[in-house]
Parts: sequence; structure tokens; C-alpha cells
Amino acid sequence: MTTPTIAIQDATTMLGRELKHTLRFPLLLVGTILVPVVMLLLFDCILGGPISHGLGAAAHGASYVDFLVPGILVMTVAASCGPTAIQVNTDMTSGIIDRIRTMAVSRGALLAGHVGGSVVRTLLATAVLTGVALVVGFRPKASLVDWLIVAGIAAAFAFALAWLSAALGLAAKSVAGANSSTLPIQFLLPFLSSTFVPADSMPVGVRWFAEHQPFTPIVESLRALLTGAPLGNNAYLALAWCAAIALVGYVWAQAGLRRRYPAS
Amino acid sequence: MGRMNTVINNATPAAVSVSGLRKAYGEKVVLDGVDLTIAEGEVFGLLGPNGAGKTTIVRILSTLIPADAGTVSILGHDLGSGAGAVRSLIGVTGQFSAIDNLLSGEENLALMGRLLHLPASERRARAAQLLERFGLVEAAKQPPATYSGGMKRRLDIAMTLMGRPQLIFLDEPTTGLDPRSRYTMWQLIRDLAADGVTILLTTQYLEEADQLADRIAVLDRGGIVAEGTPEQLKRRIPGAHILLRFADAASLDAAARVLGEGLRDDNELVLRVANDGGIRSLRNVLTRLGDGVAVEDLSIHTPDLDDVFFALTGNPSKEQTQ
Repeated sequence: MTTPTIAIQDATTMLGRELKHTLRFPLLLVGTILVPVVMLLLFDCILGGPISHGLGAAAHGASYVDFLVPGILVMTVAASCGPTAIQVNTDMTSGIIDRIRTMAVSRGALLAGHVGGSVVRTLLATAVLTGVALVVGFRPKASLVDWLIVAGIAAAFAFALAWLSAALGLAAKSVAGANSSTLPIQFLLPFLSSTFVPADSMPVGVRWFAEHQPFTPIVESLRALLTGAPLGNNAYLALAWCAAIALVGYVWAQAGLRRRYPAS
Repeated sequence: MGRMNTVINNATPAAVSVSGLRKAYGEKVVLDGVDLTIAEGEVFGLLGPNGAGKTTIVRILSTLIPADAGTVSILGHDLGSGAGAVRSLIGVTGQFSAIDNLLSGEENLALMGRLLHLPASERRARAAQLLERFGLVEAAKQPPATYSGGMKRRLDIAMTLMGRPQLIFLDEPTTGLDPRSRYTMWQLIRDLAADGVTILLTTQYLEEADQLADRIAVLDRGGIVAEGTPEQLKRRIPGAHILLRFADAASLDAAARVLGEGLRDDNELVLRVANDGGIRSLRNVLTRLGDGVAVEDLSIHTPDLDDVFFALTGNPSKEQTQ
């Protein structure tokens, strides 16, 4: 067998392993779904009334639930960071990765399963969230092409965050530390973006941050595609951010692997 | 130290040859010039206290980390340039069970089979055979969380054997096991050795090295301080003796007079007499004592690897008096 064939075979094996992990340990998926669902219900049903009065022009005439759901979908993608970092760190601390490293397995496969598994889990979670959103009154105005672009951006963001989470999982000393290190991505960044309220309603300093961090253009892209608001250059900004995060995450993760296995 | 090199004849080529191996983490020198030769089919015991560098040697030889200096050849491949070839010939069972806790025992074996690129039919046959051999058939579908410590180690070794390795590293395979599991593991290692597999076994248990290893190297503070068969090592420590304990000082005096030799301890009422512990020499001592001297207790001490170990790696009591 040639080297690329083996590399693909090994990566597929490791992906199959990670998908099996998800079946055996459904909390990896349930946790990613539960938090965004709670956020959706909390903001829509409890805080939605007063917030919708202050939405103004930012909503482009949409109801608060329509404004909110695209942001919740992006938050769902971000929620996958925890399980991914935990899974990578568990491999590193349990010794299984050392065992695999002493076998003639392609080096790229060591993290490929985690990244692929994370993207699959995330897309499943966002599909479930979309279903829940439809039940609570979300009425998207998207065409099939819009939906495909939404899925593409979500997958790109999931891929980028998976590499970043893998790097965080490699850098952490313990499973608990791995999970904690992803909390700013899961919670802080969504709140300091246009996920729940428009950025221009925020105090000046926070607003500047919200407008220049990755979540806002990604949320705005999905919002535009799903509610029919003008897209502007948000989709390009979103993809550029995804590419940058993926690159940083990938390089950092490879450095983490090299720190652990300097020989190869 | 330099005189300890074992001569390997041409009939049994070296499975592992290591020379001048060095490794330091920052200022801390872990390995300071280690030389080792392991013949094919041999069970080689690497014996040393915690922190002696045993695991570091295993990590280097199993291609996980590079050495700072030295040359290593494994089954004819240079470790520096042929790590990939080495990986397909070795199997490693580390100090902690390296199993996937979310997969069943059977699935763990299947995962190894896939990563070894075995065809599906061979994967299944080999897994079934190993589950049978290691007494894991009933637990095959269970997650390892339900396994005992001994079962986890057995699964770990079964995973190592999926690839039919020619050289196996067993890093402290019985640490933390109960006596019964340890005995089972010993039997298993003997079976592997009988199959002709070369084994590098690290342990901090002298008895284990004595039981299993054809040859032993004692590692202390990053260097090999002794190497040889268990018998050769034991011979390096003289001092087979018997201890005679008496009920009173008068008997001790009488015995010391009759035997005219040995070290006496008047507080403990004990006389220590050089003696190889054989029936003939024991009878000789007892005959000389005769019926007149009442011996309360007699114990025979032959040097074991513990004596060797403490003598070579620095006896704690000796360190205190320094």
C-alpha cells in the first residue's frame, strides 16, 4: 500500500473510533445540545419580550426568535469545543495515544479522528437545534441554496474550532483543564458578539470588540441567510476568520504533538 | 561497568543493541551513557528503583522520544533513520494500561487490527484467538471499566500481540496487581518467551526479574551498575549464612565456644555463622553444637537479588550513616 492510502485508511479508522465514542458516551453530544437549547428557551421565552422592543432596525423586521436562532446555531458550534478538547486530552493522558504512536500509523491520523468526529457531532447538534428552533416558532426565509451556505459556514467554523480545541486539549495538563480552557470560546465570545443583541446596542468599548471578533460576522452571515437580511461582506469575513482560526489551531496542535513526540 | 558487556555469539544475533545512550530533561540527566545488548529470543530484565530511568529507556527504544546521544539498533534497523520499520516489528505495553475505555475489549483489539492494516478476516480471527488465550471471551463485549486490574493488563498485552511483534517492551507489567494476577501475568510472559519473542521487561520487583529474566541489568541513577544472569548477580554478593538464636546468654556463650567463629549479638542472643545452607554443612554445625547447647531458632539466609540490589543501588541504611 502507498503512503497516502495508509494515511487515509488510518484517518478513517480513527474517525470511526471517535464516532463510536460518541455513541458510547452520548454526553459528548447531549452536552453540546443542551446548553444552546437552554439559551434558546431562556432568551426567547423569558428575556425575549423586553429585548425585542429594543431590537430596532438591526432585526430587519424579523421577530426576536428569528433574530436569535442564527446566533444560537453558532453557539452550538462553539459548544463542541469542550468535548473535543476533553477527548483529545483523554487520549494524551490515558496512554492510548502513546501506544498508537509506537505502531506504524500515519502521524496525521492521531488528531484527524478527533477533528472529523468533532465536525460530525457539531453538524448533528446544529441539526437538532434547528429542529428545536422550528418548534419554538423560528420561521426562516431561506432557500435551499441559503441553507447549504449556512451548513457550509457552520461546517467551516466547526472545522476551525475543532483544530483549536485539539490544540487546547494537547496543551492542557488534565481533562478538567482542557474543558475549562474552552469556556471563553463557548460562552464569553458569544455574549460579546451580536449573538443575543445587536452589536450597536453595546457600550463603545464592548461594541468595538464585538464588531472585530469572529463570532459577529459568522452570526451575521447566518442571520442574513436565514432571515433574508442583507448579507454584505459578512460571509467573506466569516470564512476568512474560519481559515485563520483553522490555521492557528492546526499549527498549534502540530506543535503540541511535536512537543510530545519530538523524534518524528 | 565497562567490563560488563555480554558476548553475543553469531548464532543469536542481537535484537537490541544500545550504546552510549544519553537523555537529559533540562539540567536533569536521566540516562548517562547506557549500553545494553539483548539477544534474540531473550527475556531481558531491566531492574531499578523508581526514577532510575527505566521508562525513559523504553520510551526511547519504542520510538516515542529521541535520545540526546548514543546509537540504538533494533532488529537490524537503526532507530534514528528506521523508526518506521522498527514500529512495525515491536509491541509496547506501558506502565499504565493503554486501552480505550469507551470501546469494548473486542473493539479495542479490532482497533489495533485496523491500525496494523490487517485484512478483516485476519483481524477477526486474531482477536478471537487472543480473547480465548487471555481468558477474556466472556468480557469481550464489556467496556474495560468493568474489568479487574489483571483483566485490563491482559487486554493491554493482547492488544500488543495483535501485530505479532518480534520484540515486546513490558514496562512494569505487574505494578499494582494483586498476587494472583501477578502470577497469571508471569505465566503469560513465560508463554510469550516460549514462543521465541524477545522481551524487554522493566520491573522494580527483584523476584519478578529473578523469575522471568534470562539476563538482568540493574539501572541506577541513569547508568547500568551491573549486568548478568540472576545467578551471576547473586554470586557477586557473598554472605550466605545461618542465624542461630538462643534462649539465654549461657547457651550463646557455649555455642560461640564450640563453633569458634561468627558474629554474635549479645542483646538479641543471636550468632551469625557463615554457611551455604546445604544439608551437609547444616548437619555439621548441629553436630558440633551437640545436645548440650539448646538452639531456640535457626534460619538460613542465602543472598537473593534484594541483597544484590541494595548493595549495587546504595543501601538506605548505608546512606544514613554517611
